[in-house]
Amino acid sequence: MTEKFDAIVVGAGPSGNAAAYTMAKAGLKVLQLERGEYPGSKNVQGAILYSDSLEKIIPDFREDAPLERHIIEQRMWMLDETSVVGMQYRSEDFNEEKPNRYTIIRAQFDKWFSKRVREAGAVVLCETTVTGLIRDSHGKVIGVKTDRVEGDLFADVVVLGEGVNGLVGQQAGLRRELTPDNVALAVKEMHFLPQDVVESRFNLKGDEGVVIEAMGTVTKGVSGLGFIYTNRESLSVGIGCIVSDFAKTGATPYGLLDAFKSHPSVKPLLAGSEIKEYSGHLIPEGGYRAIPDVYGDGWVVVGDAGQFVNSVHREGSNMAMTTGSLAAETIVKLHKGREDFSKKNLAAYKKALDESYVMKDLKKYKDIPNFIHGNSQTLFGLYPRLLGQAAQSWFRVDGTDKRTKEKEILNSFRKGRSIAGVIGDAFRFARAWR
Amino acid sequence: MTITTETVTAPPVKVEGKLYTNRYLVDAGHPHIKVKPHKKPSAALLSLLHTCPAGCYSQNDKGHVEIASDGCLECGTCRIVCAPTGEIEWSYPRGGFGVLFKFG
Repeated sequence: MTEKFDAIVVGAGPSGNAAAYTMAKAGLKVLQLERGEYPGSKNVQGAILYSDSLEKIIPDFREDAPLERHIIEQRMWMLDETSVVGMQYRSEDFNEEKPNRYTIIRAQFDKWFSKRVREAGAVVLCETTVTGLIRDSHGKVIGVKTDRVEGDLFADVVVLGEGVNGLVGQQAGLRRELTPDNVALAVKEMHFLPQDVVESRFNLKGDEGVVIEAMGTVTKGVSGLGFIYTNRESLSVGIGCIVSDFAKTGATPYGLLDAFKSHPSVKPLLAGSEIKEYSGHLIPEGGYRAIPDVYGDGWVVVGDAGQFVNSVHREGSNMAMTTGSLAAETIVKLHKGREDFSKKNLAAYKKALDESYVMKDLKKYKDIPNFIHGNSQTLFGLYPRLLGQAAQSWFRVDGTDKRTKEKEILNSFRKGRSIAGVIGDAFRFARAWR
Repeated sequence: MTITTETVTAPPVKVEGKLYTNRYLVDAGHPHIKVKPHKKPSAALLSLLHTCPAGCYSQNDKGHVEIASDGCLECGTCRIVCAPTGEIEWSYPRGGFGVLFKFG
């Protein structure tokens, strides 16, 4: 292939698909490269789809996208070994004409999105691993090397939507290596159950769905999160922890997953299920401070490769699609204005990011990753235990008078953390959250 | 009321049964991850024995760390953990090869 494209997109996940779709739709000659057998075959996510970001790109996506269940209920659980202290929000208001969040199965969703990308006019080449960037004598990126025979491919601009473990940009020196304390490793299983069993176990009707997210002693005192998402006839069950913490605790990812699955509040939800897949994936969790340069001469970075993940709200796929479309819009504008893809001109992409929720949210939480990581023993070990014990004392009627119970609960916090410690934690948290 | 801090230790979990559910297209003779020859593994390399989510890493009787990458989930954890020590060569499998997620 010696023809030159207007743009090459590396990767066919949500960010690459959003970029390729937006550019192809605007009439650009787009080539998209994907190393998997089909788009989605290498991609892993929980997975929650946030409608807003996709709706802005494909307004009628609900007509034929493979959506599992729209979410009407969120449960946040704090676990100790035997108990759950939780918060639940369920609302009939989420049974709306255009629901806000859905569970999806990524391999199916990505295939659908890719079909839309091809229909918009982009050329999608699968089973093609990009192995490097091609630059001109001034250092400007003018194409990519691939593992195909005669695999050098050329374009005016390259969009890197290569994911969290983005070797192309990293090896080309566009960004620093990820560090083990800035990235989480999550593992997940797909548990299949009959549709009516999913619905009765989770109190659902029709396409309604539930999200459960759980923190606590199940990650052995390090920062991490377990999750259960209801799909139509399966449950996505997983757990993730910061990579550097695995080295510290000696825990295995699959050991944590099985411990989560065997928690007395989780086990009955999974009983009798058939497991059909086990997957693992990294999540960039460094936040605002970890975001690399996202544009340069002839290239832009979108999605996980640019560390666009809000770990506090567990949002990433929406940011992937938004960053993909913002990069594409910048490129389309330059293309139509017959301007070049210099670093100077592509700075408009960064400006668009700064004005969007993406950078605003990441900036708001810039101190959260450090706060959580620095206080993980307290947040994921001590507090879940103290709260669990307090709740048990409060609800157990055993002849002890309430004033004594209150005193006991206060004393347990004083003993566990000291009052100054609790206030200090709250203060530091508030400062990081602000 | 007492606060207990010891954790219950469960028997070690085997990962092989989990990997058995997955689909792979193994690129025979072209492992995409290699451990470089070493005398003594670093702490980072040793940590992969339990951190790798597919349990690909093992230690032989000479104390060297070895990899069998057939069950690899291509997450990149080992690449990042060993980036500072340079003990691992990591590339993506050739296009089309490796793990094929049915659900992801």
